[in-house]
Amino acid sequence: MKKIIECNNIKKSYGTGATVTEVLKGVTFSVDEGEFLAIMGPSGSGKSTLMHILGALDTPTSGRYFLDGRDVSKLSDEELADIRREKIGFVFQAFNLLPRTSVLRNVALPLMYANVPKEARERIAEKALDDSAFPAAFRGYHSNQLSGGMMQRVAIARSLVNDPALVLADEPTGNLDSRTGEMVLRTFQDLNMRHGRTVVLITHELYVAEHADRIIHIRDGAIVSDEKNPNKRIATGKEEEEQEWK
Amino acid sequence: MTTQDLFEETYGALTVNKVRSGLTILGIVIGIASVIALVAVGQGSQAAIQARIDSLGANLIMIMPGAQTTAGSLVRGAGGSAETLTPADAAAIQSGVANVAAVAPEISGRYQVVYKANNTNTNVIGTTPAYMQVRNVQVADGAWFTNADVTDSNPVAVIGPTVLQDLFAPNVNASATPAMAIGQTIDIKGTEFTVIGVTVAKGGSGFNNQDDMIYVPLGTAQHYLLGSTSYLTEIDIEASTQQSMTQVQNDVTSLLLQRHNIADPTQADFTVLNQESIVSTASSVTGTFTTLLAAIAAISLLVGGIGIMNMMLTTVTERTREIGLRKAIGAKRQDITLQFLAESVLLTFTGGVIGVIFGWIGARGISFFTGITTSVSWGYILLAFGVSAGIGIIFGYYPARRAAGLNPIEALRYE
Repeated sequence: MKKIIECNNIKKSYGTGATVTEVLKGVTFSVDEGEFLAIMGPSGSGKSTLMHILGALDTPTSGRYFLDGRDVSKLSDEELADIRREKIGFVFQAFNLLPRTSVLRNVALPLMYANVPKEARERIAEKALDDSAFPAAFRGYHSNQLSGGMMQRVAIARSLVNDPALVLADEPTGNLDSRTGEMVLRTFQDLNMRHGRTVVLITHELYVAEHADRIIHIRDGAIVSDEKNPNKRIATGKEEEEQEWK
Repeated sequence: MTTQDLFEETYGALTVNKVRSGLTILGIVIGIASVIALVAVGQGSQAAIQARIDSLGANLIMIMPGAQTTAGSLVRGAGGSAETLTPADAAAIQSGVANVAAVAPEISGRYQVVYKANNTNTNVIGTTPAYMQVRNVQVADGAWFTNADVTDSNPVAVIGPTVLQDLFAPNVNASATPAMAIGQTIDIKGTEFTVIGVTVAKGGSGFNNQDDMIYVPLGTAQHYLLGSTSYLTEIDIEASTQQSMTQVQNDVTSLLLQRHNIADPTQADFTVLNQESIVSTASSVTGTFTTLLAAIAAISLLVGGIGIMNMMLTTVTERTREIGLRKAIGAKRQDITLQFLAESVLLTFTGGVIGVIFGWIGARGISFFTGITTSVSWGYILLAFGVSAGIGIIFGYYPARRAAGLNPIEALRYE
């Protein structure tokens, strides 16, 4: 099985001299292609720092990180931007959509930086909206006219347009009520199971983490457990919610 | 990121906050419009003064008597008061200096002029027919006096349009026609003169009003107006070409020094004035005036530029998360720099276009309501565009760099 993520003794510390704080104290794990992994931990555990390194937003102080076979642990800021554009799709807790901008334009935004021609961009964006089960009736809307759940689906579609090796979701249900959270989790499970996407979900809620195939627990900058999830939850109620949207 | 994408992103970002963008543009509009309008006023005045001086005559050189000094006295009289220039000097210049197209000797004085119950006080110039050519005077109706009138001292007069109005239709709203004056007799200093012509209006005001003049033959002026003296108040020379003006001026100076037996040029009893030097003096004055106006307007443009910078810095802070997102999905530093730079340039450029239109309208308005001549030049319009785009780059650069330098992790977390 192809490895999408390979982390080898990753350490990250901040500060200099006497005030050095080691946030990650040697993290080693790997993720196969097509896997749905949840990384769990309380706040201050270092999971956000790990997420930044996995997402090529930051580089480790020491250790190696291979993303889709490429060593990204020693790259410059500009090279990291290239990696993010080509290999990673981000979904954030706060959605981070461009305000007062159409759904389609929001979804197609990463393709603009990848120099994809405009017609192709819109076609790819439509496809990504289909994949993330975004209802056709809302496609003409502007981002600020949508509900939270809908906004997160736009963000998920946006994370798919560059056909990323890895979809990285940072607390994607954190700003949503439990029912719309369920809907978003369902979307991730669809992407993983139907479309074979590799998904890494960062969360502090066990209930959310239990929707993944495998759960890594992290505490005080180190992995405390890394095991298959025996009782995987399948997010439900998709049809009901679609009824509600109408 | 293509240019079209850049433009669409920029347009989208600016239209999101229309009021703020509009107010920022307004700062540039006022700056550019005031530059255009005020420079138009300055250049218009310059052109008007130039035209006024040109109307005095082409390639004109004027010789005036120097100040009168009494031997042994330190008291110096007013310039032009000395009696040093004679008709013989004028004749010598005509025959002895190369490249002289025409020479007009002049005697002038202010006299009370009477026609029936009306009277006026005006400038009377005694001269020759050459004056028409040298001073660029044209006769609208009737005729100028001839050389025979000069030698025979005939009492004939050519009057300016202001004199015509003052003498023949005072206190009347209707204007006097030349036909009312030609053939009539007017009284200048007790002598009766027959009006034979009326000159074309040149415009002008104050002491140098060329319309408020009466021209009589030189001989007549010597006999009837001045009495005994034959000294001239001025000799006007027209050089045949503009290039020969310096040569004519130098030759005339040395000829007169020789005729007046003066060895030291600094002791000359006459002054030679070159029309070009008058023009250059006048244009340096109006040039300073224009620069002053432009400097005042440039200050408002600078304030507008600072307004742009202020707005862009606010925008960068407000859109920190958006910048973080753009960086997270793969935008490079350059993409972010270009986007924010494009926003400020689009603001200032739009301000520049509107400013040029308002400045032009403003200049027309100033002409219309105050009668000051204005001239909007293409050079300044292009300069204004360049300056407004430049202001966008200069004042947008710092905020754009600040946006591009943001750390994506911190930017995404920004609340």
